[in-house]
Parts: sequence; structure tokens; C-alpha cells
Amino acid sequence: MKPVHDMGVAELAAALKTRALSSREAVQALLDRIATHDRALGAFLHVDAEGALVRAAAADAALAAGNGGALTGVPLAHKDIYVTADMPTTAGSKMLDGYRSPFDATVVARLNTAGTVSLGKLNCDEFAMGSANENSAWFPAHNPWDVGRVPGGSSGGSAVAVAARLVPGVTGTDTGGSIRQPASFTGITGIKPTYGVCSRYGMIAFASSLDQAGPMARSAEDCALLLSAMSGFDERDATSVQQPPQDFHAQMLAAREGASAGRPLAGLRIGLPREFFPAGLSADVNAAVRAGLAELEKLGATLVDVSLPRTELAIPVYYIIAPAEASSNLSRFDGVKFGHRAAQYDDLLDMYKKTRAEGFGTEVKRRIMIGTYVLSHGYYDAYYLQAQKLRRMIADDFQQCFTQCDLIAGPVAPTVAWKQGEGKDDPTQAYLADIFTLPGSLAGLPGMSVPVGAGEGGMPVGLQLIANYFKEGQLLHAAHALQQATDWHQRAPAGI
Amino acid sequence: MTSKLIRGYEVVIGLENHVQLSTQSKIFSGSSTAFGAAPNTQASPVDLALPGTLPVLNRAAVERAIRFGLAVGAKVAPLSIFARKNYFYPDLPKGYQISQFEIPVVQGGAVEFFVGDVRHKVNLTRAHLEEDAGKSLHEDYHGQSGIDLNRAGTPLLEIVSEPDMRSGAEAAEYAKTLHALVMWLGICDGNMQEGSFRCDVNVSVRKPGEPFGTRREIKNLNSFRYLVDAVNYEVNWQIDEIEDGRKIQQATVLYNPDTGETRAMRSKEDSADYRYFPDPDLPPLVIAPEWVERVKGEMPELPAVMAARFESADGLPAYDATMMTQSLATARYYEAAKAAGATPKLVANWVMGEISKRLNASGGEIDAAPVGPELLARLIARIADGTISNNAAKQVFEALWSGEAGDVDAVIEAKGLKQVSDTGAIEAILDEVLAANPKSVDEYRAGKDKAFNALVGQAMKATKGKANPALVNELLKKKLG
Amino acid sequence: MSLTPDDVSRIAHLARLELQPAESEALLGNLNDFFKIVDQMSAVDTAGIEPLYTPLSAIQQVQLRLRDDVVTESNQREANQRSAPAVEDGLFLVPKVIE
Repeated sequence: MKPVHDMGVAELAAALKTRALSSREAVQALLDRIATHDRALGAFLHVDAEGALVRAAAADAALAAGNGGALTGVPLAHKDIYVTADMPTTAGSKMLDGYRSPFDATVVARLNTAGTVSLGKLNCDEFAMGSANENSAWFPAHNPWDVGRVPGGSSGGSAVAVAARLVPGVTGTDTGGSIRQPASFTGITGIKPTYGVCSRYGMIAFASSLDQAGPMARSAEDCALLLSAMSGFDERDATSVQQPPQDFHAQMLAAREGASAGRPLAGLRIGLPREFFPAGLSADVNAAVRAGLAELEKLGATLVDVSLPRTELAIPVYYIIAPAEASSNLSRFDGVKFGHRAAQYDDLLDMYKKTRAEGFGTEVKRRIMIGTYVLSHGYYDAYYLQAQKLRRMIADDFQQCFTQCDLIAGPVAPTVAWKQGEGKDDPTQAYLADIFTLPGSLAGLPGMSVPVGAGEGGMPVGLQLIANYFKEGQLLHAAHALQQATDWHQRAPAGI
Repeated sequence: MTSKLIRGYEVVIGLENHVQLSTQSKIFSGSSTAFGAAPNTQASPVDLALPGTLPVLNRAAVERAIRFGLAVGAKVAPLSIFARKNYFYPDLPKGYQISQFEIPVVQGGAVEFFVGDVRHKVNLTRAHLEEDAGKSLHEDYHGQSGIDLNRAGTPLLEIVSEPDMRSGAEAAEYAKTLHALVMWLGICDGNMQEGSFRCDVNVSVRKPGEPFGTRREIKNLNSFRYLVDAVNYEVNWQIDEIEDGRKIQQATVLYNPDTGETRAMRSKEDSADYRYFPDPDLPPLVIAPEWVERVKGEMPELPAVMAARFESADGLPAYDATMMTQSLATARYYEAAKAAGATPKLVANWVMGEISKRLNASGGEIDAAPVGPELLARLIARIADGTISNNAAKQVFEALWSGEAGDVDAVIEAKGLKQVSDTGAIEAILDEVLAANPKSVDEYRAGKDKAFNALVGQAMKATKGKANPALVNELLKKKLG
Repeated sequence: MSLTPDDVSRIAHLARLELQPAESEALLGNLNDFFKIVDQMSAVDTAGIEPLYTPLSAIQQVQLRLRDDVVTESNQREANQRSAPAVEDGLFLVPKVIE
């Protein structure tokens, strides 16, 4: 039997079901690995070894009694943006140092019910704001392919945990690319479903009209299994789509009409927006993406040229809307009911100002300032309202594209992961690097990142696939077909 | 209609009423709305704005808003939007209040009422749904305030009037009418002590013909008497300021009933930049015509409609009809007395007079009145058939109300209140009176009407008040020619 | 569209953030750099376009789902207050609120 840490979610679930190994054994093996490797990587903010073993024992009992489900006993971990009742939640922020939620996020509860065993909480950029996991108040996370480089963000810890094989699967969140980009930077697979497919209840809000939950793992199949358990209508979220949980695994496997064994993607039209292949796209990324597309063609897909003319506008539009919503969502952090409160203050106003100054990091303050400004009197129409109108135009552009193709493809990011510390001086420059993931986020469309090889310094490159609303099955199917025919997704960083 | 000027100034008043809707659970969470629970025992994670929580709208709050909209003849918006009103305050857990801004659920409408016997109509700008904040308790906790969030999330309907009112009295009558209406509709329990119905009054003054002056807002008045007093103080304060050459600054003020003064509050949010934007957690509220129709079908007959019916079918004057529809309980009382055979106008008189007087003094409700509608009807029957005079009836009523006795005829008998309606007997007495009062007779013949009343008075005295006054009048006139 | 130090203080006050002078200065620079990117957005003609406040309204009418008027929450004060900075007699304590 191969080492536990080399098994993916599906593989491990199968092994547990046949009792080839126990959940306790699997969990212990991974806990040992975390203890050995995570200090240098910074994936975990909190590890609950004792609790995990207790949960594993319960899973083993269920498996022994023949009551196991698709994911019973499978170890995983949750991005620290999800509240958990049995472990602290910090959202990567000092503001929530020591916070204990009285309830679990819906997505966490569903994965618990499905029998998964959580090992702990994963590092992230503070309140999900960032693209490098350098905005965590606690410590940065490091890319296992090169610990001197960023893993991406905001779900940086999540990506690291999977890429370093500390857990087979994790939850992340994606608001402007925070699942897709770290997946691309660390050579793993991640999916952000259609807005509303997963519940946001218990996901600490950054930008309410953009935030979505999603899994990250080492294959599309693993993502499909996790997403199936995570998804589905939640009455506690008024933006939750009224659809029951779906079997994304079945959707992933469903054969296309007209497909054959060698050409599973026959008839699939993949649109390549010219704006996703600008002059500024780094050559190594372009090469890897083209290689991935070539494989898809071999599998029967047709590549077509399309256009998303307002791609560049997605940057100001997103960076107006997301901070605006965030500035309001973060007002609840005021030192009154929970979280940090300043130790010294003169009066109520002083208490608010010092609490928030002490609790929030620089990037969060920056975005609160932007958000507050664009909503303020006299600026609302020119900024916020204008951005929301452009947002509709961007969404309409996608609908236009989808009359010519089934999936849209391109790079996830303009470069591979950059070196730690490089992005700090010019935050605005960092925003520009989100250019390819922002449009899909604004439209609320489902998107994936699948590994397609390496670029500069041997760093991973991801291919982005975007489907129309509620077509996660198409995404997973194409990604799965690619991963059956290639082995980029199976590569692992050396030395771990 | 010309307004009454105060020291040469016209008073302009608009009201904003916050009405707590009588739902079981809160507007955006499943917590109970019951009053009086121990602090923070009815404050769920959603109410406390714990990280990750989200709002879900209570259907019953919307239904009550629709009912109100229909009752005031407003437009019920087929699509309305919830917006965040952002400001920091300890009783506002999210740091924003979920309210409605650009597109409220109810638009327009009007409320009619009487001030004295003059009919007024006040137009409404809008009514919108929003959540209530928690409470700050200022008892000293080592120099700190205590925050109770039980009330946070209670559904409110904020009803905004146009600045159509021109006096404190008018504002109070408007508020009373609105108060009675929301209770009539069953959308609010109207308990002002518990804060179920709150009045914010916007007051400004101007010389007639000039544009509106700067207004100040008197917040959280929870008594109609205080409303009038507060407005009067504020108006005079503003006039004093203007006469002293100072400009009125927009401000929020609180009324202190002990001192009788209004005082500007420390502002909650400087220059009130609330940064309203549509709440991304709540898609647009769509109200289909079918829903509005269903609510319409289930509504009780509105007071205005019922009053019109009393006017046309029962011949009540407009004022009486309005009084009989001040509350559902009053209307029911009136209809029951009528059904028991009493003349409608007489029922109205007794309700507006003796019953109203006693209920105001005791603070009781008409549906718990010691004299029920059937009993009143029997009393009225005895007046109508001439058994007792009006004055005697008042004595009977007092006996019935105080619980001394429960039967009309028994009281009449016991107190010997039967009036004398025997024409012969009265004529005989009148002859005696005329003989004994020649001076009055002469004065009357000389044109002094007062002398007539004096003679009537003598006749009543002679019969120890038992003579049928109408008959005395009639017969005396005949005798004097 | 250029912000001034006064703008920064006004916004910081609205957001209840105490900023050190160095922070304010840095933020002013960041904000002005940021708003340079935003300018291109202002130039686009959006006449007649409805804002997209919730993504799925791009393809369908999204309407607010309502819940039934039922009390579903029980008293969980202790659990809900376990991370509170200052509590007494069940009340959250804050510096005196002056009206």
C-alpha cells in the first residue's frame, strides 16, 4: 500500500472502506507529517490532534458497522475563514485572536456529517484579503515547491497543505481568485462553484456578492467528491440557490454525447479570450497553458477564439465592489460583542478606533478605507454604482461568449508564484495580477484551476477553465479527462 | 386651510413613526420578539452579528407591511430593496442597520383624522421595513453602559409622513390615529410603554409664505401628551433663537418630561453619512399581485370604511362615526349596542361622553367596561321610552358602572328615578309655578328668554327633578302662548 | 480624482480607524495610486444598464426567499457570549454611551 500522504481523497476513502487501513492510522500518519514539515511551510494555524483522533475513532466505528459514506474517515482541514465550534477561528487576523464560534459553518457541518475528519484550521490572508498569504497576522505560508516563494492567496494555507501532502483535501474560499490562484501556484486542483451553490453561512464575510466556498485537492475527482458534500441549499443563507446537494462525481463521469474512448471531449468547444493572452503574459505561463490546451484538443475538444472585451475593467470594478462590501461586513468588529478589544482607551469612540487599528492589518485597513470612500456621500454614483453596472456588462460579455463555446480557458495568473516579500511595496500592482480570475468572480460563474506543468524555476502553472452557471459538471468532466491523460497533477514538490 | 400662527410663525411638522410589528420571531432571525426577557437571552448569533451569520427575511413582517399599505391607500411596491445603513453604535451589532432606502415596500398613502371637529388629511411619503437596534442601559457598571441585544432585530415598519402638519395638536391626533390604525390592523400591539410605537417629530418654523425652515428632530416620544408639550417647547425655542438672530442648526433632540425641555443630543454619526448600499445578502423583495390580493381579502373592514358605513346607514355625523371607529373594540361595542336595539346616535353620545370619560380616568379598555353594550342598550331604551330623563339616566349609569347593581329597572325603582310624564300632573304643577312667579312671567312676555328657563327650573324643582323636561318645555310654551 | 490628507482623516473617522501619521501618509499614497486605475472605469458609458447587485440576476430574476414566522432559537447566551471582551449580568459592557 502506498504511503497515506500519497493517496488522494477518492483513494483514501476506498482504502478506508475496505478497511485496508483505519482512519486513526491515516490521521496519525498525517499528523506526524504535519509535525515534521509544517513549521517550515506555515499551512496550519491550529492543529487539533486529540480531537482529530477522537473523530477518526468514530469514523472507524461507522466503517466497521458498514455505515460509512463516500467520505467517511477521510482527513482534511478547513481554511480559517470558516467558523468552527470545536476549534478557534481567527480568519488570519489578530481581531479574532482566541475567538470561539458557538456554531459550525454549514460547509464544515456538512463535511463533518459526511464523516470527514478535520485535523485543524488553515492559514489564510487576513479576512481573505490578499494573493500571497503574506497578509496573515500570524505568519506567512510558504510554497512547498520553493519555500522562498509565496503559495498564493488568500487560501494559501489550504493550497500548501494539499501540495505538501499534509492532507488529501481542504476547503478554501474564492472571492476574486483565492482558490484558483493558489491552486495554480502550488500545482493542485481547485474549483470555485457557481455563486450560491455552496452556503455562505459560517464563512466569515469578505465580499458578500462574490464569496464562494470550494474544495482544493490533487485531482478533479477529489474535488468532485468534496464539492458534492459541501454543496446544496441552506435555509440560513438567503443567497443560497434552491437546489439540493448534487452528485458532482456522477456529473464528472457522465459521458458526452458523441464522445468515444479516445476522444472523451469530442464536441466540446473551448473559447480562448484574446484578452486572456495579452502581451504581458509571461512566456513560461503561456507555454504551459498552451500545452494544456493542446492536450484538451487531443482529447477531442475544439479551440475557438472569443473575446471578453472588458477583462481589464474587471480590476477596478472588483476593487471597488469587494472593498465596499468588505468595509461594511467588517464593521461588526468593534470590540463590543466578541474579538479583540483595545486595552487602553479614553471613551467609546477611542475604544472603537484603537480596537480596530490594533486588530486589523495594513491591507485590511487599506480596503476598508477604499470601500468606505467609494460608498461615501458624493462618490457612490461615480464609483460603486458605476462598478455594479460594469459588472453586469462583464457578465453579459460572458453570456455572449457562451453562445460560441462551452468552456472558456486561459491562464489563472500572468506569472508563476513570485518571491516572498516582493509584492509588499506596491499593493496596486498586486491587484493587477488578479486580472484573469476577477471577471469570472464578478459574473458568479464556476471556475477551476488544473495543473498543466511548470514555468520559471520549476514553479507550477495552472490552466483556468470557466463554465456557464451551474455547469460545474462540465468543468469537472473536462478536468478529469485531462487528468486521465496526463500526470501534471500527480507531480509533487521534492523533499517533502 | 389657514394654520394657526405662533408668535407670527407657521409651524411645520412631519412625523416618523417606528412601529414594532407583532410577529413571533425577529425580522431576520428566528429569535423570539417577546418583551421583558433577561438580557441577551433572545439574541441569537445572527442578532449578535457573530462572524459568518446571515439574515433571512420573515414573511410575516412583509405581510404586515402590505396590510398597512393597503389600509392607507398606498402603493405596495412589487419590487423593493433592502439597504445597509452604516454607522457605529454599541446597540447596533453589525455596525449597520438593515433597512430600506431608495425603494421602500410601501409608497405614498394618506391618513385622515379630526382635530376638534375639523377634518385633516396627512399624506404619507413612504413606509419601509427595517430592524430595531438593541438597548443601552445606563445604570453604572463601573462607569460603563450595559448593552442588551434582545431587541436587536425586532421588525419595524418606519412610517414617514409628509411635513403636512401645522400644530402640535394636529401631530398628536395624527399619531393617535396611526396608533389606533396599526392596532386595528393587528400589525402592532401599540404598547407605548414597551416601545412598540415610537414617534419622532420633525419641527421647523417659518414666516408664512417663506420656504421651509431648518428642522430639528425630537426623537423617541412615547406619549401623546409629551408629544404636544415637546412640540410646543421646541417651537418656542426655535422662535426665540430666530428672533435673537441665530440660525437653526439641524439637530436631533430629546425631550425631557421632567424639565419640559428639548435638548440637542450628541450626534450618533457626524454629518450622518450612512453610506447606504443595497444589502448583498438580501436579493430584491418581490411582492406578487396575488399576495397583495390575498392580504386584501383577509383584511378587517377599515375604520374609514366602517365610519362611512355608520354615517350613511346609521345617520351618524362624520365626527361621531370617526369616534366610533377609533378602535376595533369601540366599533364592536357600538355595533353590539346597536344590535341590542339602541338608537345609534344615542349609543355614540354615551360612548363619547360618559364611557369615554370614565375609561380615560381609569385607563381601562372599552371591551372590559363594567357597562357592556347590551346593558347600555337597555338604559338607552328607558330614556327613549320616557321612563327616565337624561339626567336620571346618568345616575343609573353610575350605579351600573360602579357595580352597585346590574339591572337598569331595578336601579330606577330603587332610586325612584321614574320621571313624571303625566301631562295632567305637569300642567297642574305649571299652573302653580306660574301663579307663584308672576315677575318671571312678565319678564318672559317682555322678551327675556332667560325667564322661561327660570320657570322651567321652578317646575323641575317642584317635581324634585322628576318631571319629563321635554314635556315641561312643551307644555309651558303652550301655557305662556 | 486626487485625495487629500483631509479625505483620509474623514474616511478613517467614518471607518473608526485610528491611523498613525506614517500610516495616513502611506494610505494617501496607496489610495491615490489605486484611484488612478479606477479612472478608466469612469469613462465607460453605462447609460441604461441595471446594476448587478447579485450575480445570478445576470440570467434570471433573483427574488428574496422568505422564512416562516416561527421561533427557532432558544436561549444560548453563555455559548454566544463566550468570546465577549466584557460581560456582566448578561450585558455586554462598553464605555459609557452618552446621549
